[in-house]
Amino acid sequence: MSSSSFLALKQITKRFDSHAVLYEFDLNIEDGEFFTILGPSGCGKTTVLRLIAGFEAPDEGKIVLDGTDISRLEAEKRPTNTVFQSYALFPHMTVFDNVAFGLKMAGVAKADIRSRVREALAVVQLTDFEQRKPHQLSGGQKQRVAIARAIVNQPKVLLLDESLSALDYKLRKQMQIELKRIQRQLGITFIYVTHDQEEALSMSDRVLVMNNGQPQQVGTPREIYESPRNLFVARFIGEINVFDATIIEARDDFQYLAQIHDKQWVIHANQRLEPGDKVHVLLRPEDLRIEYLEDANEADGMIGEVVESNYTGKTLDSVIRLDNGVTVQASEFFNEDDPDFAYKINQRVWVNWVHGWEHVIKADELS
Amino acid sequence: MTRISDPRAITGRLFKWLFIGLVFVYLYLPMAVLVTNSFNKSKYGHNWAGFSLKWYQELFDNNAMMQAFGHSLLVAALAATAATLIGTLMALAIHRYRFPLKSATSSLLFVLMMSPDIVLAITFLIIFIALGIQLGFWSLLIAHITFCLPFVVITVYAQMKSLDPNILEAAQDLGASEARIFRVIILPLMAPAVLAGWLLSFTLSLDDVIISSFVTGPGFEILPIRVFSMVKVGVSPEVNALATLLLVLSLTLVAVTTWLIKRQKNQ
Repeated sequence: MSSSSFLALKQITKRFDSHAVLYEFDLNIEDGEFFTILGPSGCGKTTVLRLIAGFEAPDEGKIVLDGTDISRLEAEKRPTNTVFQSYALFPHMTVFDNVAFGLKMAGVAKADIRSRVREALAVVQLTDFEQRKPHQLSGGQKQRVAIARAIVNQPKVLLLDESLSALDYKLRKQMQIELKRIQRQLGITFIYVTHDQEEALSMSDRVLVMNNGQPQQVGTPREIYESPRNLFVARFIGEINVFDATIIEARDDFQYLAQIHDKQWVIHANQRLEPGDKVHVLLRPEDLRIEYLEDANEADGMIGEVVESNYTGKTLDSVIRLDNGVTVQASEFFNEDDPDFAYKINQRVWVNWVHGWEHVIKADELS
Repeated sequence: MTRISDPRAITGRLFKWLFIGLVFVYLYLPMAVLVTNSFNKSKYGHNWAGFSLKWYQELFDNNAMMQAFGHSLLVAALAATAATLIGTLMALAIHRYRFPLKSATSSLLFVLMMSPDIVLAITFLIIFIALGIQLGFWSLLIAHITFCLPFVVITVYAQMKSLDPNILEAAQDLGASEARIFRVIILPLMAPAVLAGWLLSFTLSLDDVIISSFVTGPGFEILPIRVFSMVKVGVSPEVNALATLLLVLSLTLVAVTTWLIKRQKNQ
């Protein structure tokens, strides 16, 4: 990575009671991007955020923000602000005083405070609530106040710690769009921590997937979803079918002949593989194609039996047990030719996929 | 509800009221007798000789008694204030910082709170004698601060534990120094508990007899000891008047506290 990134964590090690939560951890974030750290709980993602905010000090390593080493700077002096999961509004202060808090601490003149608080509240669309107390606000409104309070100081980086997880589904969706809009409007770097992969994919410019204190993959949502680097990333981001395969021979242009269970397939991999290599062939449920056994050509796919089929509104999600014992999941969109297609339980089907849509990773790279 | 009454339900209701009535009689009859007698013209409590304020008059004319009352209020106010200041800072330290012997400090507070008064009284006496501190105002004040302290710490600490730690981090994140956080965030949020701690200390100090009788000297008499020595030679109705006044005082304090806490919550 280039050394000129806006925010860089360099070889950070952080221990709690001699247990290393992060070990020689590197992270580079660009100016103005919406960056999400995604991982299961306890993976160290919140620790990364707290290190950047200054609530924790690294045992080893450096944090450089915009050319300045901030590793030893106290939290109150860092040009970062945090939106907490619990909102952490000051309960004894009005919305106005909550938002004005950071400006008062910075010694901003009274007249400026008024206009800047108004501006921040306008950004989060909460203009008429200045004199309310936090307990008079709904969850979504508290969330907006917390955001206004954090952006009013014009931080270089805004840190959001699972900030939407306390909201209900509909409000969360709405706030995701709001956050994106606020981030575009202000141009501030956002670092968002979450365990919700859907949230991560829909909001971010780039995503870091973490597990056990180790970065697993950094990339755009599309890269993370379509080309996971290892099995952990593949399985953590959405549903996925994993077929174990062995390379038989190399064809040209990254095409390989591979043995998957009892059948040979031509697969596409964007890396060099040798005959004998063990690989995983990854397929998202929506990449699978299913046909009634009687409609299919002999040469197509694997045969199996529908064990479950659920209508979700947008898609028909099915679980199919293949004759070789493997269970796969398929998700099919309804199409206008056959709007009420469905499967009976125990129905015999062919399972296939659009060739070239598979993603192949080497088996020894898995975590 | 049906109008036809089940005899069992009637009995049940009867018992309920009887029980509540007994509880009230048990709790408040003694106080009612005392308050009534403070307005009784007769010197003896068992007959009513008419309404009179003469015992109040005598009480206010009794200089020794009024002086002891003044001493008591002074010591209670000073001890409560000092215990509240020290106790609030201790609660803050135990909650927010790490320091050596932290857990020992908080456990020892419980020991102090649970110790029988007589043990504390003897302990104080021995220490004051060993240190050569003359028994009187100062020895009394020090002892009262000490036994009030754990109550303040525990009251304030309980409230601090209910505070979202992210609130303090948020304040720090927005640029507040440690001193600023204490002044603008912690103190206002702790105010009800701090006030409750002060009032508790004030009451504890005001009605302490055992420890006070050990650690005060003849030069500095406080009310409970004065009353105690008076009743040895027969209960004077002045004491009834005094008790009534104290009752009114403490009820007022409780009412004010409740109102303050309620107002804070509604804000």
